[in-house]
Amino acid sequence: MSHTNKSKRPYLPSRPRALLASLPPLDRRMIVSSGLLLTGLLFHSQARAEYGLNFPEPAAGVAQEIYDIHMLTMGIATVLLIIVFAIVFYSLYFHRKSRGYHADQNFHTSWFGHWSWVIVPVMVLGVDLTIAGKADIVLKKVWDVPKEENIMDVKVTGHQWWWEFDYLDHNIKVESRYIPEEQSGDLYLREVDNPLVLPTGVKIRFLHTSADVLHAFWVPELAVKKDAIPGYITETWAELNREGIFRGQCAELCGTWHSRMPIVVESVSQDKFAAWVDGQKAIKVAAAAEASADKTWSMDELMTKGKTLYETKCAACHQVTGLGLPPAFPPLNGSVLTTGPIADHLNIVINGKEGTAMQPWGTLNDLEIAAIVTYERNAWDNKTGDVVQPADVKQAR
Amino acid sequence: MSTTTLTHDEAHDHGAPKGWRRWLFSTNHKDIGTLYLLFALIMLFVGGASAMLIRMELFQPGIQLLDPDLYNNLVTNHALIMIFGAVMPAAAGLANWMIPMMIGAPDMALPRMNNLSFWILPAAATMLLLSFVVPFFPGGGTQINTGWTIYPPLSVQVGMSMDFLIFAIHLLGISSVLASINIIVTLLNMRAPGMKMLKMPMFCWTWLVTAFLLILVVPVLAGGVTMLLFDRHFGTSFFDAAGGGDPVLFQHLFWFFGHPEVYILLLPSIGVLSHVIPAFSRKPLFGYNSMVGAMIAVATIGMVVWAHHQYTIGMSLGAVTYFMIGTILISIPVGLMIFNFIATMWRGAMTFETPMLFAVGIVLMFTFGGLSGVMLAVVPADMQYHDSMFVVAHFHYVLMPGAVFGLFAGVFYWLPKWTGHMYDEKLGKLFFWTNVIGFNITFFPQHFLGLAGMPRRIVDYNVMFTEFNVISSVGAMVFGLSHLLLLYIVIKTIRGGKKAESRAWEGAKGLEWELDSPPAFHTWTVAPQIK
Repeated sequence: MSHTNKSKRPYLPSRPRALLASLPPLDRRMIVSSGLLLTGLLFHSQARAEYGLNFPEPAAGVAQEIYDIHMLTMGIATVLLIIVFAIVFYSLYFHRKSRGYHADQNFHTSWFGHWSWVIVPVMVLGVDLTIAGKADIVLKKVWDVPKEENIMDVKVTGHQWWWEFDYLDHNIKVESRYIPEEQSGDLYLREVDNPLVLPTGVKIRFLHTSADVLHAFWVPELAVKKDAIPGYITETWAELNREGIFRGQCAELCGTWHSRMPIVVESVSQDKFAAWVDGQKAIKVAAAAEASADKTWSMDELMTKGKTLYETKCAACHQVTGLGLPPAFPPLNGSVLTTGPIADHLNIVINGKEGTAMQPWGTLNDLEIAAIVTYERNAWDNKTGDVVQPADVKQAR
Repeated sequence: MSTTTLTHDEAHDHGAPKGWRRWLFSTNHKDIGTLYLLFALIMLFVGGASAMLIRMELFQPGIQLLDPDLYNNLVTNHALIMIFGAVMPAAAGLANWMIPMMIGAPDMALPRMNNLSFWILPAAATMLLLSFVVPFFPGGGTQINTGWTIYPPLSVQVGMSMDFLIFAIHLLGISSVLASINIIVTLLNMRAPGMKMLKMPMFCWTWLVTAFLLILVVPVLAGGVTMLLFDRHFGTSFFDAAGGGDPVLFQHLFWFFGHPEVYILLLPSIGVLSHVIPAFSRKPLFGYNSMVGAMIAVATIGMVVWAHHQYTIGMSLGAVTYFMIGTILISIPVGLMIFNFIATMWRGAMTFETPMLFAVGIVLMFTFGGLSGVMLAVVPADMQYHDSMFVVAHFHYVLMPGAVFGLFAGVFYWLPKWTGHMYDEKLGKLFFWTNVIGFNITFFPQHFLGLAGMPRRIVDYNVMFTEFNVISSVGAMVFGLSHLLLLYIVIKTIRGGKKAESRAWEGAKGLEWELDSPPAFHTWTVAPQIK
């Protein structure tokens, strides 16, 4: 089974068949027929691939099981709904005064009237237990993160409004941000600058946390959704079973740009993943070397670097124009902070401002902070002429 | 003023007081009921307008109308206004009007408190609207972009409008608790001689259970938002891990209120249905006792399954298993209720006036919403549905048919009693069809959006979600505008129309139909004897 993400082939999962086979024949027939009906109603023509009527094709074992239980409950719900509709419409048609029907005033005193309060709950309980029984089995698999030595850990940190992925076993960090519409086109709000690259066939544990408010990591193909809670760590796991690009979004309302927190998982073979890891490490080494070089940087160099960094890391709130979005996000153009003492400016960038969305940026290296601060002090109308060197940042920390 | 047929000494009845004093100082259950209903009607339009703005913004991908904070401010206000401003006061209005007339009591047990519990509402609504408006004034801080769940830490970031909102919630809670106390006392003490608890009209039963639910859960919400207020201003850290607190604690407090709140919104409408369906099926309610039992079971189980709103917070396997099974089990009493309604229609001699149309609509669509609720209860599947548009579709299918349509049914059913005029049946039916069709076009496609991966509460979305959002928005415009028809029908009926008989509907049963239409200012000054 090697599907690509873009396959428009109608997808029939194999697991539901297995599930169906385990049911008694009557149930099986009901579910199949309701499934067909549902297919007829909703999945006709090739609309499915274009509009997305159901979950996308799962890319992990657990996601497949979740897909199956979803189809099962939806099937049962559809059958029940059809039964209720059929009875009601029968009654609406035949038991009406305009047809000369006379109300049966003793219906509620018949044996059925006396015992229906037992019969109905027992029947509903049967349906409930069917669903709960299946669900319980899947739930255990979803919930229990495998306790294995070689499980790969990825720490997922939600920020307002970007994702940070720490590959704890590889000592790599990836920052992932949305790409503006001009560059991402049709993938706008589903495309990021740096995707979460993951290998297939490896059990991966996601450790979710947040740096500010609640977020939730959600990629439908992986079917793991967990809240990122500041100060706490929640965990989920997945084992990818096919390569491809899977897109998701932040699911928990996290403020102004909640809509701009896409997640892109790039699922690759283990070889490609290893190569990617080596590449990331090399980039990291180069950046560290550059930052620690005891070099005095020129204004132009810092401004160029600073502009890029500012536009990826700061512009979401303070805007490319530096005008911010008051009152939540103050302007930097002509502000007291960016034109006043350098020490205050550095302090707020490194340590953040409590009680606001301004987070500490101290994890950036000295060069990066120096570039951002220099840029903010000279961009737009600020033109202070101040050049902040990495050494100044080191001192300010 | 006319007198009722059954009261014999109306010598002291000076009729209703004149002018504004009649309303501001009112202790009359009918006038206060009217006030509640008018208040709810106004709020329905405020909340509806905000919903239509939301759908207009979502009509196309991109940000056209509303900036993201304003969008989520509207999302927040839409929910709070609809729940606390429209549905609950409308249900309280029906209770005020109907409960004394149904149980043969001259008025509510605590008429002055009745006045207070209503007149807190306009103050609370003002606070609520201020929380929406304040950020647009200089120094007003940021907008409430948290949704009605006001989860910290996001709600701690918000400006002073959050404080207005917290106080609005306090006031709304006080109003609800006072009204609930009044209803409980009335129902337990003021029933006509011979009306045993198990002879009480079903609408009264539903409100009795609702009132107990309110008293049990509203203080928990008040406590939760007070803690939030303290975290915001007085340096406590109830919900801040850095100070030893837990953001999730707020969610538990909120949903301990929030889930029973669903039944608070729902049950009064179930009560209305229990009168409307028998009346238009011309046969008694099927399974009165099992209905009462089912309702108490729903309320009891509903109190202890709150955390199914928070499956994604990282609870233990044991906890989520418990909440999942508890939630699924709610389908038993709810299923029994629906069954009883269908069995009441079965072998009846049905006619389809507007209240009955809404009732049938509820039976069908609420069943649908309930079934998608069972899907959501399944934890592993909820890992996908959670916080997606699927949830939005689900709870609108529960709350619109379950609560709002029930209130519409009640309004059309009792409007002749209140005003003395029959409403225009043709317009009523037109309203039903535009309303129900608009509703389904709006919310049915949202199931697909959710399954395809569109989160809720986003102002902007990828082009892949366009088609269904367009359909949904078009439906929402039809749905929203259809309520103008309701307004027109109500005003028209108040101003005149065919004279209603005391028993306005052929199959209507109950003490309220023994009274004139409209009833005298004071009714049942002598209690009727129930055999």
